[in-house]
Parts: sequence; C-alpha cells; structure tokens
Amino acid sequence: MEDTIVGDAVTGRKLVIDPVTRVEGHGKVTVHLDAANKVVGARLHVVEFRGFEKFIQGHPYWEAPMFLQRICGICFVSHHLCGAKALDDMIGVGYADGKQITRTAEKMRRLGHYGQQLQSHVTAYFYLIAPEMMFGIDAPPEQRNVLGLIEANAELVRRVVALRKWGQEVIVAVLGKRMHGISSVPGGVNGNLDTAARDRLLNGTGDLIGVDTVIDYAQDALRLFYSYHEKNRDMIDNFAVVPALNMSLVDETGNVDYYHGRLRIVDRDKNIVQELDYHDYLDAFSEATEEWSYMKFPYLKAFGREKGSVRVGPLARVNVTKSYGDDTPLAKAALERFHDYAGGKASDATLHTNWARAIEILHSAEQIRNLLRDPELQGNDLVLNPPNSDWTGEGIGVVEAPRGTLLHHYRADREGKITFANLVVATTQNNQVMNRTIASVADTFLSGQETITEGMMNAIEVGIRAYDPCLSCATHAMGQMPLIVSILDAEGKLVDECVR
Amino acid sequence: MATKLSIDGKEISASEGETLIDVAADNGVYIPSLCYMRGRPCLGTCRVCSVVVNGSIMPACTVRISGDMVVEVAKPEVADMRKALVEANFSEGNHNCPSCEKSGRCELQAVAYEVEMVVSRFPYRFPERERDQAARLIFLERDRCIFCQRCVEFVRDRETGRKIFSIHGRGTHARIDIDVELADRMPPEQAREAAEMCPVGCIIEKGRGYNDPIGKRKFDIRSIRERALEEDNK
Repeated sequence: MEDTIVGDAVTGRKLVIDPVTRVEGHGKVTVHLDAANKVVGARLHVVEFRGFEKFIQGHPYWEAPMFLQRICGICFVSHHLCGAKALDDMIGVGYADGKQITRTAEKMRRLGHYGQQLQSHVTAYFYLIAPEMMFGIDAPPEQRNVLGLIEANAELVRRVVALRKWGQEVIVAVLGKRMHGISSVPGGVNGNLDTAARDRLLNGTGDLIGVDTVIDYAQDALRLFYSYHEKNRDMIDNFAVVPALNMSLVDETGNVDYYHGRLRIVDRDKNIVQELDYHDYLDAFSEATEEWSYMKFPYLKAFGREKGSVRVGPLARVNVTKSYGDDTPLAKAALERFHDYAGGKASDATLHTNWARAIEILHSAEQIRNLLRDPELQGNDLVLNPPNSDWTGEGIGVVEAPRGTLLHHYRADREGKITFANLVVATTQNNQVMNRTIASVADTFLSGQETITEGMMNAIEVGIRAYDPCLSCATHAMGQMPLIVSILDAEGKLVDECVR
Repeated sequence: MATKLSIDGKEISASEGETLIDVAADNGVYIPSLCYMRGRPCLGTCRVCSVVVNGSIMPACTVRISGDMVVEVAKPEVADMRKALVEANFSEGNHNCPSCEKSGRCELQAVAYEVEMVVSRFPYRFPERERDQAARLIFLERDRCIFCQRCVEFVRDRETGRKIFSIHGRGTHARIDIDVELADRMPPEQAREAAEMCPVGCIIEKGRGYNDPIGKRKFDIRSIRERALEEDNK
C-alpha cells in the first residue's frame, strides 16, 4: 500500500484513534476505508505545536542546552548533550574544527547519556510495550497496562522499577537531578563523578541495587522477548514489515557510537548507501511537510521523498552495527543472535524494534558498568576555555538518543544571542516509516472488516509504540487518556462510535 | 545608646540608630529582602522586608532603632503581605527558573522558597523588554529585572564614579539600561561583581553560566536565611 492518503472525494469510512495511548506526547491516527471496507489510506497526525526553535532565539547561546532539554521529559539528557556539542562547535572546541573536549568531560557526558538510555528504554519496553507481550494484542484494555503487569507478575515489575530507578540515579550522579539537571557547559562539563556516587552505583545501598544486579535485571527484557518470540514467531516476524533505509551514528569501526561519529545509512542488504559528516546534514537531507501534521518528513535528497526516508532508533542501530565491543560481552552475544536470526540482512520487521531495544538495555547497563570503573571519571580537567578568536558562531550537535538520531543546529551573533535554531528529533526521522507501519497494520487487520474491534485498533497502536515515539515530548497521562474510535460515512456522518 | 525593643514578643537589646533588619538578623530573626545589602546604604525599593513597627507597616531596612519599638515579623497578615510582594515580582517579569542560569543562586528564587510561595496570586504580565547584549562583558536580560536598583547605586565607573546602570521610563514602561561605553571600561572582576550583586538573572556575564553543579550552587549549600543569619554576615 502507498503512503499517500486519499482525498476527500473517496467514498467510504474514516476511522480515528485519538489520542494514541501509551506513547509520549499526543497524536492521532486516521484510517480511510472505501465502500468495500478496504483500507485505502492511513496516517499518523501529530496535533501539537511546540515552537522551541523560535522562542530560543534571542537567548544567550549558553542557555540553549539547559533551555532546550525542556522539550522532553524522557530524553532530556540527549537534548542537553546535543546542544552542548553544538556549543562546543560554536566556541571553537568542537568536532567541526577537528577538536574535542577533555576525556573526562566526554566520558561524563557519555555516562549521563547511557543512564538516560537505560531508564528510557526500560520505561518504553516494560511500561508501554510489554503489556501486549504478556497478554496479547486482543486482551482487554483494563489489563493491557502496568497495573495488569503487576497483577500478572509483581516480581518482574519490582525488578523493572529497581532497574529504572538505577538508571535515574546514574542521571542524578551526572546531572544533579533526575530530570532536567545541568552537566554540560560549552567546552565541557561542570563537574566530575564523585567517588561516593560511583560506589553507590557500583555496590548498591539499602534502597538501590548494585551494578551486578543491574546487569542481571537488564537481561529480563531479552528473556521476555525470547519467550514471546518463541510462542508468536510468525506474528512478530511478519507484523508490519516495512522497507526503509537505516541510519545511525557510527565510530571509525562502523559500529554504533551514541555520542559521536559519522552518520551511516545502510539498505536492507547492509550496503552503505550514504555516509556523511553530520555537519553536512543540510546538504544531504531535506524535509517535506504535510498540512495534516505538525511533524515534518525528512528524507535523503539523493533518494527522494519515498525511498530516501530513513529509520532511526534501536532497530536501525542494530541493523547498521556490525558488532559490539568485547567490553560488553552479554550485549555482544545478544546482538550476534539477532544478526544470525536476520540472516545477515537488515531487519524491516517493526516488532524486531522491541528486540533491538532489549539488546540496547543490556548494552547500556554494561557500558555504564565500564564507565563507573574508569578512573578518568574522577579527573579534574573538565572544561576548555578557548580564546575569543576561536569563536565560530555556529554549531551542530548530533547524538544517538534512545529513539534515534537527534540533531541540534544553532547560530548566534557575535554578542552571543541565538539567531537560529533547528532541531531534528528522532521521531521526526521516523515519521515516514511510522506512517508505513500504520498503513501496513491497517491493511492487515482492518481491510475488509465490517466491524472494527478494539483489538484491531490496538494493533495499530502496537505498531506505533514499537518506535517509542516522542510525539511532542513529555506529556503523559497513564491510563487516563481516552481512546475514541469514530466511524463516519462518506458524508462525514457518524455511524458508530466506540469509546474506552 | 543602648535601648530595648521587642520582636515578636521577644525582648532585645540594641543600639539606637542601628538598622532594624540587621538587629533582627543578629538576634536570629530572618526578614527577607531583595534590595538590601548589609553594610551598604539602604535602597528601600523592594519592600519585601516589610514588618509591623508600633502598629505601622514599614520596610525593616529603612527603620532605625529607637526607644521602645514593638516589632511584629511573624504576624500572619504581614508575612502574607511579604509573600504577596515576592509573588508580584514574579508576575511583573518573566522568571523561568527551570532554564535560568541564575537558578540556585538567585535571591528572588531563594526568597520565594523562604516565604513558601507556590504560584503568584497576581496575573502574569509577560512583559516584553528587549534584551541588551551590546556591552562587551554583560548580557542584560531585562525581563528578569525587579528594579531593586542595586546595580544603579552600587556599580559605578571606577575612574569617574558615574553610574553604569540606570532606569529609564516609568511604571510599566520602566526598564533597566546600561551605559555601554562605561560598561566596556569595567574589568572582568567588576562585571562579575555586578552579576553577583544582581538578585535575579538580569545582569549576567557573557559566556558564563551553569558553572556550578546542582547541589553545589550558592543556595544549595546554604540557604538565603542561613546566610542572612550567619556570623560572617555581621
């Protein structure tokens, strides 16, 4: 089925999911059926407008990482670091000039980032996605939530809470707060890791698990996925298999680097179709807009709007990455199992994203353990103060956020006032492929059906949740957001409505 | 000459002519203020230190001790009035503590915590006062100014004694201004002193911010109350 959406002239029905539940932010889905109940179009609408790129203008440049992290209550560390990297460029100590901050500063930034990845992935995987793994897509809505998980397996949820808390405490150790703290400043960081915080995270305390327990609990996600996959192999492997190029930041060995690297794009056969310095993103990418969504549609200019859209995030990263390092042996083995299963190809199976996310939970935990044992985190060489003559007035930062490749681009005048800001967030990169997923699921589950069940509609949400989209960031109303399915006739008249 | 007064029913000895807000602090009674700086001339602009003296409401920084004063600080009505004055400052400007670099070392924020402010009872005015970044070392975030006039009175050109900051306009049109020519003669340490003196995030040093980690910022370490009452402030 095509990505394109039908015009008003088509007779039939329009199904609406508004809002989409168990995702970050607000969105709605519309599905168009023709007179024979065949799906002829489906799309995801993002219905909020934020405007951060506009209202940061005029602020002093050094406020940007602090100000713009407020766009998100989940992946704020990624926004914070992305902004800081852009400011490193701006003051003349960044990668754009072939320079870099001190090793202690970079490792502190990485530590905070892995802590966020752990807690973010655990939140998405267990609280938002796991209910369908445990109870099925058709399970009653009152069971498909975290309370249902507690009832079914309280011990698992207890481990999940402990794991997520530990990830949050890593963030506290680096940024000073669980949410929207401060660590990165232009040219470095404002503090190192004190040994008390390090030892608390390594050894645990009365109310906090230690790192060895974290590594054990982090494998719960994979255990759950393997069990689910074993029982539902056909459904998982064939649910919304949608084509897309895969993009990730990679290091010099071609493997994912969440903090820095080159942008690599591979096709289904893992051929590198394009690779670029992210400072050249404007040369490589363009953005399309649609009147029905506040979210843009980025694509690679060289491939055009349809073929040039990329997938980012966990699935893209494990598709691009060849292998993890020997310092993360458990995650490395898990990735090899994934690659073996995919037969050496990049996976296009939407629900394999959850598998990839489970691998990354373990990978993050192992990376944090390694960093906590690194004495460079106690270094005192924290920030570079270049001379004014190094000022460039422009900077671009890119990191691999939990949901995928995140970019911040700023310009400032010589007096330090921001004059331009552009943010390309991971969910935006995934916009086109998410719409493909919705169309595929709608076609499979809804086409030809006279009566639309709640479970059928939930299948669409399952497809969306696999991307863990942050539709406008940081708005959550767990279990309180209504789902309204309206069936309209060709004249727009309501013929049926289902509310939960 | 020694005299006696009472603060919230407690009898206190003090010297005539001393400033009430200092005497209160010396005796363990914290009275919040946003313009007063101990050891410097009284400005009396913010009124946040208002207390009841012999039945009349007066700013404690403007009151000189004289015989037989009866002072009420903790009286609920006057405490709420001080809180209202703090809230009015938030309503009169654009104070976004979460992203402001002065957070954690901002006196307005610290005093708001002390008076247990949650939200302003007054409608927010969302003023639009243009930023001024023309000076070499100073970035002026005018929307955060509370017109305390500390900078106007206490930051002066070191050669001529002329004022570097001034207030232009009246009422809702008032705004803080900076003489760029004089400001550019400020050595870096004076610019830093001006930024430190500003009780909010209006005067900020260019290129510098968020240098202290959370937990190690000025008022994370010791609250504004503790600082006002501590020995080395006397």
